[in-house]
Amino acid sequence: MFDFLEGYDLLAAFWVTVQLTLYSAVGSLIWGTLLAAMRVSPVPLMRGFGTGYVNIVRNIPLTVVIVFTSLGLFQTLGVTLGADDFTTINFRLAVLGLTVYTSSFVCEALRAGINTVPVGQTEAARAIGLNFPQVLMLIVLPQAFRSVVGPLASVLIALTKNTTVAAAIGVAEAAALMRVMIENEAQLILISAIFAFGFICLTLPTGLFLGWVSKKVSVRR
Amino acid sequence: MKLHTVTTAAAAALVLSLTAVGCGSDDGDDTSSASVVGTGSGDEKITIGIKFDQPGIGLKTPDGKYTGFDVDVATYVAKQLGHEPGDIVWKEAKSADRETLLQRGDVDFIAASYSITPEREKKVDFAGPYLLAHQDVLIRADDDTIKKPEDLNNKKLCSVTGSTSAQNVKDKIAPKAQLQEYGGYSECLTGLENKVIDALTTDDSILAGYAAQPEFEGKFKLGGFKLSNENYGIGVEKGSELKAQINTALQKMVKDGSWDAAVEKNFGPADYKNEPAPKIGVVVN
Repeated sequence: MFDFLEGYDLLAAFWVTVQLTLYSAVGSLIWGTLLAAMRVSPVPLMRGFGTGYVNIVRNIPLTVVIVFTSLGLFQTLGVTLGADDFTTINFRLAVLGLTVYTSSFVCEALRAGINTVPVGQTEAARAIGLNFPQVLMLIVLPQAFRSVVGPLASVLIALTKNTTVAAAIGVAEAAALMRVMIENEAQLILISAIFAFGFICLTLPTGLFLGWVSKKVSVRR
Repeated sequence: MKLHTVTTAAAAALVLSLTAVGCGSDDGDDTSSASVVGTGSGDEKITIGIKFDQPGIGLKTPDGKYTGFDVDVATYVAKQLGHEPGDIVWKEAKSADRETLLQRGDVDFIAASYSITPEREKKVDFAGPYLLAHQDVLIRADDDTIKKPEDLNNKKLCSVTGSTSAQNVKDKIAPKAQLQEYGGYSECLTGLENKVIDALTTDDSILAGYAAQPEFEGKFKLGGFKLSNENYGIGVEKGSELKAQINTALQKMVKDGSWDAAVEKNFGPADYKNEPAPKIGVVVN
């Protein structure tokens, strides 16, 4: 029944999916945190930039973002991100696109976390003479992160599945291999089911683990 | 719209996998369901699956009309089966959905650049072939560095993700060429114009359709390499009696000159040297 799987490297394809997810997750966690810091900062220009960025980027379909990195940045503007073969360029462009997109969701999740930190904490921190970066990094963000592990896990799961969009610019991840197999084998249902199962194998443990972490680290108030 | 193909395909694949399970595909009862819609005459509706996004082959124009070689062939065949052009319901048959559409009986037949392959013949029956196409490359009209298939090594090629043409390039034709894969051919054409990509590769009939589009006329040319044989057939449900009727219609189409007229009309402006009409039932490997 599964003899049509011969000759296809499913693990390699899913490994590319995992790599896309990990790099983009790290990227969007950093950029999303910076965006959240901007949105709560006392400087109006930074607040405006953060708000504008989040509202524009999260409302653009991811496919458009990803295809733009290839057609707009690479083909038209010649941005290669330091690589010189298509495989590497496409991978890096996909990570860039996924990071740009996902960081807006990370920012919003984190901002919700910041709102759960009681105002008294910030006031007390300011009263002992801490400046804004210190208040944010020492007092607010550590508590905010602990309360948003759950929401961030949802963002991570969404990101894992969103990596399939990278097939649109030719990154050889799971969805691209799925297309190849469907084209060759005329086994639409079985092949889709196998790939759906593969994604569940990736996301289900992630969700369960981060759910457990979320309970462990949550701030009891 | 086209930008959404990846996500919609993935979603559709899952939905189909859920819905199709209930139908079953028992070979025994297939003919009965086909005869309900298939053999009617007069003003009954007939549903035909075509591509909506391939100029020259099957294209839905912004004003809701359908053009292309597959459309012309399908219209002719439908007429021979007793359906006027006005009674045809066109349905989009994306590459990945074609077998499912036929098995579920959603369409009566499919003419959508559907190459006859052994894997597909296990699932559906093919009438025809009605066109012998070859994998070829489309290059810029002023590019004279690509004269034979070997010249493609170290060049930058473009094709559609997962397509047989893309796999062919990697495995056989030019293993040293760099391959860019996109969701659709239009993205490749942008790169070809910008000189980021040197050649777009897929079936010559599809390439001819793109090169013949008014906005690209004179910009691109076909390489003229016969890199593979693609026998386009008309897909019908397994065991359907439509196969014989369609074969008769196709033979008549070649005989009365409508076939040549359709080729000239759809591929003519691209200077496309088509193969003579293939013999019914003869698949060239």
